[in-house]
Amino acid sequence: MADRYVELKSVSKSYGGVPALTTVDFRCEPGRVHAILGENGAGKSTLMKLLAGVIQPDAGTISIGGKTVRFSSPREAAEQGTVCMFQELSLMPHLSVGDNIVLAAPRTRMGMIERSVYREAREALDLVGAKSIPLGARVSGLSLSERQLVEIAKAVFRKPKLLILDEATSALTSELVETVFGVLKMLKEQGVAILFISHRMHEVDAIADRISVFRNGRHIETFDVGARTTDEIVGLMIGRSLEELFPPRRAPVPDTAPVVLDVSNVSWGSQLVDVSLAARAGEIVGLGGLDAQGQQQIMHAVFGVLRGVTGRITLNGKRLNGLQPPRVKQSDIGLALVPEDRKTEGLIPSMSVAQNMRLAVLGRAPLGLLDLNGGSEARLQELIERLALTYGSLDDPVATLSGGNQQKVVLAKWLVLSPKCLLLMDPTRGIDLPTKAQIYRLLTDLAADGMAVILQSTDYEELIHLCDRVYVFYHGSVAKELTGDHLSADALIAASMNVHLHAEAQA
Amino acid sequence: MMTWLRQNARETIAALALVILFAGYIAIHPRGFSTYVVTIWSNQGTLLGLAAIAQFFVVLVKGIDLSVGSIIALTNVMGSFLLNGSPTSIALGMVVVLAVGVACGLVNGIAVVYGGVQPIVTTLATGGIFGGIALLLRPTPGGSIDETMSDALTYAVAGIPVSAVILVIVLVVLLVLLRRTAVGLGLYAIGSSEQSAYMTGLRVNRLKLVAYGSSGFVAALAGTYVSMVTLTGDPNIAPSYTLNSIAAVVLGGVALSGGVGSPIGAVIGALILKTISSLMFFSGLPPLAQPFFEGLILATAIALGALGVFRVRSRLELYR
Repeated sequence: MADRYVELKSVSKSYGGVPALTTVDFRCEPGRVHAILGENGAGKSTLMKLLAGVIQPDAGTISIGGKTVRFSSPREAAEQGTVCMFQELSLMPHLSVGDNIVLAAPRTRMGMIERSVYREAREALDLVGAKSIPLGARVSGLSLSERQLVEIAKAVFRKPKLLILDEATSALTSELVETVFGVLKMLKEQGVAILFISHRMHEVDAIADRISVFRNGRHIETFDVGARTTDEIVGLMIGRSLEELFPPRRAPVPDTAPVVLDVSNVSWGSQLVDVSLAARAGEIVGLGGLDAQGQQQIMHAVFGVLRGVTGRITLNGKRLNGLQPPRVKQSDIGLALVPEDRKTEGLIPSMSVAQNMRLAVLGRAPLGLLDLNGGSEARLQELIERLALTYGSLDDPVATLSGGNQQKVVLAKWLVLSPKCLLLMDPTRGIDLPTKAQIYRLLTDLAADGMAVILQSTDYEELIHLCDRVYVFYHGSVAKELTGDHLSADALIAASMNVHLHAEAQA
Repeated sequence: MMTWLRQNARETIAALALVILFAGYIAIHPRGFSTYVVTIWSNQGTLLGLAAIAQFFVVLVKGIDLSVGSIIALTNVMGSFLLNGSPTSIALGMVVVLAVGVACGLVNGIAVVYGGVQPIVTTLATGGIFGGIALLLRPTPGGSIDETMSDALTYAVAGIPVSAVILVIVLVVLLVLLRRTAVGLGLYAIGSSEQSAYMTGLRVNRLKLVAYGSSGFVAALAGTYVSMVTLTGDPNIAPSYTLNSIAAVVLGGVALSGGVGSPIGAVIGALILKTISSLMFFSGLPPLAQPFFEGLILATAIALGALGVFRVRSRLELYR
């Protein structure tokens, strides 16, 4: 068991002449959690895909326990005990949770799947903290974080020897991350080798034993956790030292600033209960809380996606109730929403970068024609530069861009409309640090120009460092509004779980 | 029970529509509810029902099969040569007919999986080929089929049409295979998301071939049953079966986008179509007006199936 280490020797891989990995030597050992860090495009995903059998190396060898292996499909890799949990979830949406898990490693008797396998699937779900997800539920009805839990349960269910987690916890709240880490520690003690990719430094600190940094397709350095400071690690990742991730704090927005978005007593079924909130011009307002407490729904309610919303929603005095997205994006209202899942809701992956960026403008020009005076084209060009979008050609499918650049395209597509109020749903999920920093600076600039920014986020750091105020949601209503000095990690977590800090101190 | 109904809403609504249409049909039929009437209805329904199941397998894995009717015609024509003589030669003939069906399905599957050709284009071409072979074999309807066997399979026993029994047996076997085996679940999996299925370690290509092969097999069953009902081999029956099989799966709640639906839904859809056209025959409407009303009833049935749209409370769901 102890010699089941995984080793890569001078492995190279390129896509159409563009090198993704260049002569990489890498080694990870059983019973350890090995974090892989690097910017988007550093080669992490390529490394994972090589190990998982999705792609094959152009040169070099991969060996397990000293024996050279060559996997031609994820199936072969899984048979050798390598299980990968990719960022793009590998769940079948129309199948039940149970079927999804069981299909990963079905045990059959006379061709029939044994019923006991479903019991094991249940146990795997319970283990990762997904007790509330029924086996019979269709995956298409689950939230993003629930899907991630199912995905993790599915990986655990397969009893891996090498487990690869690629941004596996990106949509999970810190509470659930704790549970998942507990499982990872248990697996680690059982001698499983774990490769862990995450952009959240504190998660890496919490779980990893060793860290390897990748940059531009090369393995830069490997060291034990604690051997280097966060700043040093970030420096290694981007090849230079990063100024602050977050822009400097802005002066508080005066109470005299006009209220842009005003939501009062909004309810929707049982998922939103009497929600009231407001955002002034120039403010960045955060929406926090545990997963699916109504933060996402209130965004959808404002943007006109939901039917049967009661209460009052106004933007600069205009009533929005009953208006749908094609209406609320018009310039007289000026609302924009950056959705949670950029692959399915934010972009049309097969269309080009340029086409995606023009999509939001389309419905606005007279008679549906493209903007004739070219005003928006000029603005697009300006936005591309402002966002520092990295691309090959604007005619390439948007799917060929890295995650961070895809998100920039989503932002550009809405910003070209010069919205008065921008709603963002977890805009930095699964995005590398430098891009995150760029997006943060952009949001701050937009607010300084007088835009009202509503930022829903699962990342507490973001809420604390970027927002003027944070509304914490709990069970469909606003549990607490935090401002100024009260806006701290402890306060956020306490409010998310609807407990009071002093009450906790007493207990 | 409620969750089951909700998850199978489409099938339930379709079944309800079928019951109403069937009651209407019996009400206006001059002979009313009798073994004779039900047997004729059941035999006709079984023919289209099997065709719809054949279509279901391909649609399940995100394809569409324009050659279903041609495979039925070809196997029907082969049957008119092979399904007579001694019991042994009939049995052998049966094996050959079914094997031809599977082979046709596999040809489609191989072209789609390994040739990378779109299913609609592939089956348009192969449909022409299969239908063409049928025409070459038997330019005009004819041939002979063992009548004892035909009688045994198309009459009723104790008031229950044999065809209905056959259809139920086929459905039960398929349901068990689809829901309880790794291969069956795998078909749903690749229909739902091929990429996810591949990442999960399923043999996507092989499973697709299974789907197309099964489709061919069931189409051959349909072709054989056509032989039993009509006692001839007719190369010209292809187009109506192809189009009606597609209409049937849609009516029965099978998603053309793949991964959703059941053979039961496909069969219910087929029975609805058959009942509508029988209803027209006995309706007393002028023949030239019948297609209009047939279309109207079909449109209503489809609209019923889409009623769920009004219950959606997040508009985002409409575009999933």
